[in-house]
Amino acid sequence: MNALPIYAQLINLFAAFLLLLAFAMLAQRRVLSLIDLFAAQGLALAASTAVVAYGTGQTHLYWSAGLTFALKVFLLPWILYRLIRKLDVKWDVEGLINVPTTMLIGIVLVVFAFNLAVPISELASTVTRATLGIAMACVMLSFLMMITRRKAIPQVIGFLSMENGLFFAATSATYGMPMVVELGIALDVLVGVLILGVFFFQIREQFDSLDLRHLEKLKEGE
Amino acid sequence: MLELIAVLGFPLAGAAVLALVGHRDEAPAVNVAASLATFVAAAALTVRVVVDGPILTLGKVFFVDSFNVFLVALTAFVGFTTSIFSRPYMRIEKERGHVDAARLRLYHAMYQMFNFTMLLALLTNNLGILWVALEAATLTTVLLVSLYRTPASLEAAWKYFILCGVGIAQALFGTILLFFAAEKLLGAGGGALLWTELDAVKSQLEPNVLAIAFVFLLVGYGTKVGLVPLHNWLPDAHAEGPTPVSAVLSGLLLNVALYAVIRCKVLVDGAIPTAFAKNLMMGFGLVSVVVAAFLLSRQKDIKRLFAYSSIEHMGIITFAFGMGGPVANFAGLLHMTVHSLTKSAIFFAVGHATQKCGTQLMDGIRGMITQSPLIGWGLMIGTLAILGMPPFGVFASEFLILTTAMRAEPWATPFLLVALGVAFASVFSKVQPMAFGEPSAARLPHRPAMIPVFVHLAIVLMLGLWIPPALVVWYRQAAQLIG
Repeated sequence: MNALPIYAQLINLFAAFLLLLAFAMLAQRRVLSLIDLFAAQGLALAASTAVVAYGTGQTHLYWSAGLTFALKVFLLPWILYRLIRKLDVKWDVEGLINVPTTMLIGIVLVVFAFNLAVPISELASTVTRATLGIAMACVMLSFLMMITRRKAIPQVIGFLSMENGLFFAATSATYGMPMVVELGIALDVLVGVLILGVFFFQIREQFDSLDLRHLEKLKEGE
Repeated sequence: MLELIAVLGFPLAGAAVLALVGHRDEAPAVNVAASLATFVAAAALTVRVVVDGPILTLGKVFFVDSFNVFLVALTAFVGFTTSIFSRPYMRIEKERGHVDAARLRLYHAMYQMFNFTMLLALLTNNLGILWVALEAATLTTVLLVSLYRTPASLEAAWKYFILCGVGIAQALFGTILLFFAAEKLLGAGGGALLWTELDAVKSQLEPNVLAIAFVFLLVGYGTKVGLVPLHNWLPDAHAEGPTPVSAVLSGLLLNVALYAVIRCKVLVDGAIPTAFAKNLMMGFGLVSVVVAAFLLSRQKDIKRLFAYSSIEHMGIITFAFGMGGPVANFAGLLHMTVHSLTKSAIFFAVGHATQKCGTQLMDGIRGMITQSPLIGWGLMIGTLAILGMPPFGVFASEFLILTTAMRAEPWATPFLLVALGVAFASVFSKVQPMAFGEPSAARLPHRPAMIPVFVHLAIVLMLGLWIPPALVVWYRQAAQLIG
């Protein structure tokens, strides 16, 4: 392992941060702290992308890193913060399953993700291939977060964090998708969050809360 | 080239114009005009492709062959007829106070935007852009489904957004894996996501990676196709949105999502010698057919009833493409066409029927034929057509699929037959009193748009009796491309 160049070690470090933050988000009950954690995850993602760009000389990844930085560290958290201020919701987030159980399930998911990633990373020629398992684990942890949360905003943050994991998978396995695709994805994410912002107001207007338990009236077969 | 730009340009321009004037009285006419222009451009593009062969243009970003041009024509056509139907329908909704002027502006702009994303998804050669277009289609339809801002419609739209969002995130992962596998052969440039380039080297792609990628792609895009068990969003979104949106969701969106799956299947089949993709698709398809058929009998809401019927038919089509081979693919393409036409025609009739009776509950809809013969017969004939009664086109395609299944996959035939029988019994027993029965309805303030219903049904009838030779050649070519 000592033979790894310094930038590869840095990437592994950022990957570890990403996974750690995914776990922290899983356990975080306060919605404002959740946004901070999301921004931190975006920062780790942007930093690791920039390091990959530096280490491999793939210049288009600098653009990708800049895009991630602008979108996920500033723009999206800012929109979410504004939403929370306007909606005046600073409540504590309650999870569906208690935190220790969620964490244990999370660990199982990480093991599963690493196993799933082994055959793929063996084929990868990139220096960053070892991080593919972490990327998959992040996607699965975000998925778990979406399942366990009953409030609208944390669910959306889970969704965005899943996007982070996918982006990390793209950079770590392949040195990033073509630029036009990345731009398209970023645009979709941004528009999606804006639409959801409008949605939150309507949901609260109709139900007087953002608790998704109110949104379980439509049932199968009725 | 010019036609291609026009096909994408008209809906985009229409969306821009309607975003400004969509609240005015003439907006529905602008909507129809933009859709008509799109349809004319699509027809011209179709002629060009049929005469000159496949087109690969604009730096290989767009690719049109017989397979997708047929869906482009279908999408533009149904988009056009739905815009005709939407004109009186939305006017009645406005007069009844269900939507205001601002919402109508959103509705019209998003309707065109939705058409644009569908056509972009169909025409692009880049699998990444395909993903982006389908995600954008989700976003536009979320706004359309939640148009009425009722608690139920908000719930439906939220569920739709989250389920399809997560689903399509899986598809993104699948796309990344595909890119990863291709990049080693094609280099890190933009080429590794272009379908034509991938198709050329598909036999050398790493089979293990492609197998995993296909699972993610099938689950991801399959969510949008409405395959069981990923179908939960579909009945809600169909039932709670405006009826023109239900018509385009069933008639167009499901087809386009399935198109994405099929394009990926072609690549995976080339890389993996075993029947991996084939079995997965047949399995998902069969489960969808059976589950949806049994859920049909439990429905009380007419739009939910036909939403479940869409799941059933998408299951049949997925199964057909799963089986593969020239006959099954041919039947699958034919079924895509007739299902889209019939289902949108049914939704047009259902839309006016629910407006007349003031409810979507089937118990409240009675005796449409006495009240309004056109709507009543439209509903009745449409239902018979979708249930696969001869001489309609659905019968022809289902017959082809069943006979192929008997030969190629005999184990699946009993499931298909039972499901089709159950679906027939439950849908027919529900629609029959709605069409005949004792009437209980009010007058509509505007003349309902029934021409699109009968035009669609006439085409379906014609396809059941006689498929034009040009169309047969065209379908055969497309079926061959799918392999």
